Amino acid sequence: MRKCDIVVVGGGPAGLAAAVSAFEAGTKDIVILEREERLGGILNQCIHNGFGLHTFKEELTGPEYADRFEQLVYQRGIEYKLGSTVINVTADKTVTYVSEQEGLQKISAKAIILTCGCRERPRGGINIAGARAAGIFSAGTAQKLVNIDGLMPGKEVVILGSGDIGLIMARRMTFEGAKVKAVVELMPYSSGLNRNIVQCLNDFDIPLMFSHTVVDIKATNGRVSSVVIAQVDDKLQPIMSTAQEIACDTLLLSVGLLPENELAGYAGVELSPVTNGAVVDDQMMTSVEGIFECGNVLHVHDLVDYVSEESSHAGKCAANYVQNGMSATQYVPTCGTNGVRYVVPQKIRKDANVEKISLRMRVANAFKNVELAVLLDGEKIFSRKRPIVTPGEMETVVLGSELVARIKQGSKLEVTLLKGEEK
Amino acid sequence: MKKFICINCPLGCHLEVDDSDPNDIKVSGNTCPRGKIYAINEITAPKRMVTSSVPVSRSDLLRVSVKTSQPIPKDKIFDCLNEIKKAHAEAPVAIGDVIVSNVCGTGIDVVATRNAHKI
Ligand SMILES: Cc1cc2nc3c(=O)[nH]c(=O)nc-3n(C[C@H](O)[C@H](O)[C@H](O)COP(=O)(O)OP(=O)(O)OC[C@H]3O[C@@H](n4cnc5c(N)ncnc54)[C@H](O)[C@@H]3O)c2cc1C
Repeated sequence: MRKCDIVVVGGGPAGLAAAVSAFEAGTKDIVILEREERLGGILNQCIHNGFGLHTFKEELTGPEYADRFEQLVYQRGIEYKLGSTVINVTADKTVTYVSEQEGLQKISAKAIILTCGCRERPRGGINIAGARAAGIFSAGTAQKLVNIDGLMPGKEVVILGSGDIGLIMARRMTFEGAKVKAVVELMPYSSGLNRNIVQCLNDFDIPLMFSHTVVDIKATNGRVSSVVIAQVDDKLQPIMSTAQEIACDTLLLSVGLLPENELAGYAGVELSPVTNGAVVDDQMMTSVEGIFECGNVLHVHDLVDYVSEESSHAGKCAANYVQNGMSATQYVPTCGTNGVRYVVPQKIRKDANVEKISLRMRVANAFKNVELAVLLDGEKIFSRKRPIVTPGEMETVVLGSELVARIKQGSKLEVTLLKGEEK
Repeated sequence: MKKFICINCPLGCHLEVDDSDPNDIKVSGNTCPRGKIYAINEITAPKRMVTSSVPVSRSDLLRVSVKTSQPIPKDKIFDCLNEIKKAHAEAPVAIGDVIVSNVCGTGIDVVATRNAHKI
């Protein structure tokens, strides 16, 4: 069996950044396995601008951002295999993949970095009643059809879900000549950026209907012919007396992303029911020694810049593990309270000798005028005032070496919201 | 009175703009100075980046993605898209290559945002 220091599963932005940083940290025997025919992951189909402001201080499109990291991989001669789908990962760090050229192959690795990204929640995941007809797509599938294959999924479109992907696709379909009749959102607010609401919907007079959902899909000759939408009450239950029918041939679903953790599951990695990703420590190491996770497979990121940042850290830590072995003995758990829905990493090594630790988190609801605070055994060790926090935007707190040193004496780290008003 | 939603941050302030006197545009509803600048730009010269894709021949890709090299006037978006729809690229294409020059007489080019290798 082939042996290798680090196998990276997935060649999206997370995998590329992790591989480059592991290489820079001195572990150069790396192979990236990517199931698609090119590197770059989901960014290849995200042809809109809005990437990289944080990392490169300029606004790039998805493919341009991916290219920056691909070049770093090429320059270092890091090995990557395309068209290679990983089908199994074990706790003893054997990676099994299949490819057209090589058939079934196994690699024995010293460390594995899982960077498989997310997949979209399908129709079955939200149980919409009605016809099983042609014309129902996830927004990301439609994005791939339009941007990569040059095919239009339909002419008259209703979009369910007002997250950024749904909003971006409303504009994209409009650009290609479709009529987007409405974007329908279950919640009373959008998780998408204001910028996207303005530039993808308002610019083209596309109605955004809050507190509404699709209750029925009708079809003629096997193709969607209309959808029925209705307002929902404060328990998110449809009010059938408000039902109205919208004629359309296409329904796009933008109803959430699910981290792709089947492989982690096979290896026995402990998963979090909140993030649907692995439970990791401050090195991004999972519960299985030597298996790391970062990027969208760990938790859904809204900005690719943070994916790159988190993944560079994971790559460096994986290289350190390959060179020096396991260091952790005891952990301090982290948790989110009072409106903080989750915190990643979920635990911090007590004996971690690091300069800083980034805590990434999301809140459960929008809050105005809050203080985002970190408590160590109840004592406030960090706080930041924020005019607003929303579930759609990840918050990051960086604890410097002084604070990291204090964590060593503590037993519990809590991230919480103080003095907020719900928006 | 014209209304805008500020896009600078998640607060999304609802801005009201009184431009009855073009020399003294009044903005209300903003929480910070960025809101005022945004509203005045939206009233006087709204601009947008346009991104799309064009077919590419002699490549393993079917399409190559493109963008305007700078934001163009908002009222030119669809004219610009029509010019992009007529365009076609031939591999090899490198990021930054001009696909449509001086689109709609704006002085701004439409450039490739993706490399397409020749096969
Ligand atoms: C539609 C859309 C719009 C977005 N818009 C923006 C934006 O405007 N600005 C911004 O900053 N961010 C945006 N994002 C977010 C950003 O693109 C993601 O956060 C980022 O791409 C995540 O990177 P990743 O590497 O974790 O996952 P991905 O990009 O999904 O990459 C995962 C890779 O792993 C591969 N893979 C998975 N399983 C296997 C396997 N078993 N074997 C081999 N390979 C495998 C996949 O093929 C894929 O290439 C957007 C995301 C989407 C989906």
